[in-house]
Amino acid sequence: MGAGHDSGGLAARYVPGTGPVHRLEPHLKLVAVLGFALVVVATPVHAGWAPAAYLGFLVLLLVVARIAGVGPGRLGRGLTVEIPFVLFAVLLVFVSRGPRTEVLGLSVSQSGLAVGGGLLAKATLSVLAATLLAATTEPRALLRGLERLRLPQVLVQILMFMIRYADVVGGELRRMRVARESRGFRARHLGALRVLGPAAGSLFIRSYERGERVHLAMLSRGYTGRLPTGPVAPVGARSWTTALSLPLAAGAVLLTGSLVG
Amino acid sequence: MSTPPPSLLVEDLAFAYPDGHQALYGVDLRLEPGERVAMLGPNGAGKTTLVLHLNGILRAGRGRVEVAGLPVAGRDLREVRRRVGIVFQDPDDQLFMPTVGEDVAFGPRNLGLPEPEVGRRVADALAAVDMADAADRPPHHLSFGQRRRVAVATVLSMQPEVLVLDEPSSNLDPAGRRELAEVLQSLSVTLLMVTHDLPYALQLCPRSVVLDGGVVVADGPTRELLADQALLAAHRLELPFGFDPRAVR
Repeated sequence: MGAGHDSGGLAARYVPGTGPVHRLEPHLKLVAVLGFALVVVATPVHAGWAPAAYLGFLVLLLVVARIAGVGPGRLGRGLTVEIPFVLFAVLLVFVSRGPRTEVLGLSVSQSGLAVGGGLLAKATLSVLAATLLAATTEPRALLRGLERLRLPQVLVQILMFMIRYADVVGGELRRMRVARESRGFRARHLGALRVLGPAAGSLFIRSYERGERVHLAMLSRGYTGRLPTGPVAPVGARSWTTALSLPLAAGAVLLTGSLVG
Repeated sequence: MSTPPPSLLVEDLAFAYPDGHQALYGVDLRLEPGERVAMLGPNGAGKTTLVLHLNGILRAGRGRVEVAGLPVAGRDLREVRRRVGIVFQDPDDQLFMPTVGEDVAFGPRNLGLPEPEVGRRVADALAAVDMADAADRPPHHLSFGQRRRVAVATVLSMQPEVLVLDEPSSNLDPAGRRELAEVLQSLSVTLLMVTHDLPYALQLCPRSVVLDGGVVVADGPTRELLADQALLAAHRLELPFGFDPRAVR
């Protein structure tokens, strides 16, 4: 079994620390990130001052990252999830209609450039904020945060099982791959799907059966549909102020932009 | 009339799965308080099916099950599940909460115990399996043997009347096996251990029953059963090479 060794998986996004950002209650951080993302999304794409506002948001995030002790490398790696958005944004630049302009000798759409650029900037800022959240909050703490924000129990439980079993299922996947390759299999061409398809299927069946066994184990210990959690500490006004300073500062940037610009 | 009721009483228990496959044909079993009994039998003998009847996950087609005098039936199921602690074979099935401590607290919290009592139970249960310092660790960071011991703690925290272990020694290395044996020996609960690890049964359980074909085919002192070559051979039970149950003190 894949015991003992440190998991890749979801916990790998966490950067241990004891700074003020780490210590902040997870549900406050969730609210802060959500608020920040809303402000970012609310920034009008076509406004002339939009790029300046994006820059302001970025500075805010970098300040928080600095306080939290999260390095630029960690932030950069978080951006890899954004790649599909980047492709879409680049596509927009070429396929949008309307007046066109020349960039590096290529004919591109003006509105496409604004919309694509805005999309890219907003996605990048939101992903960076989420990366900061993941880097300063352990996955299970995030779950408790979601629970405190009254996310439905079923969703919290699904997320919790995902976190708990990501490594277990990942380990199974790894062992299946090792077993395949030990017998000379290499996924070189499309024909390999004939092997990989059933492998995915059997992984699904195994996981499904595990789910049934876990459910049995839960019933045996008195599970009634609710996951009992421990006591939660009350949150002081100070923590709220700290947490909300990020979205409020972002809001101030937005307001300044729309007033001055 | 002061004799306590048996910890576990199974009478004429029969069960068929919905697809018609009959797994149990009338099982009788009686465990007195504090007894340690091994249930031996080949794969497919109906051991796991029987275990799932003990806390009412499966309902008897015929016959009855009682835990310390309480019938395993609809109304008292919650109390039955407190009294019967089942440790399943794969600790990854048993440990589903993010940390060891939360997992051990799962049962007591479901019982609605106040938080200080939950904390006490968690500490006691983890200490009983020699894992006191693991409360804040996620289960996947533990070794397999440690996870198995934590799985035992997750039901100990409910203070069960009967502890039921499904193949407790499977996949353990020799050291993990010995550590678990020491833990189990130190507990004072009634123990039912489902296994085909015969030396382990001899080490931990003075009494054994053999289940095969959905019925109990033998019931007696473990040492005598294991010395009965004909019995073992008839039910696909085999001692490890060179192991002589009479030579073990």
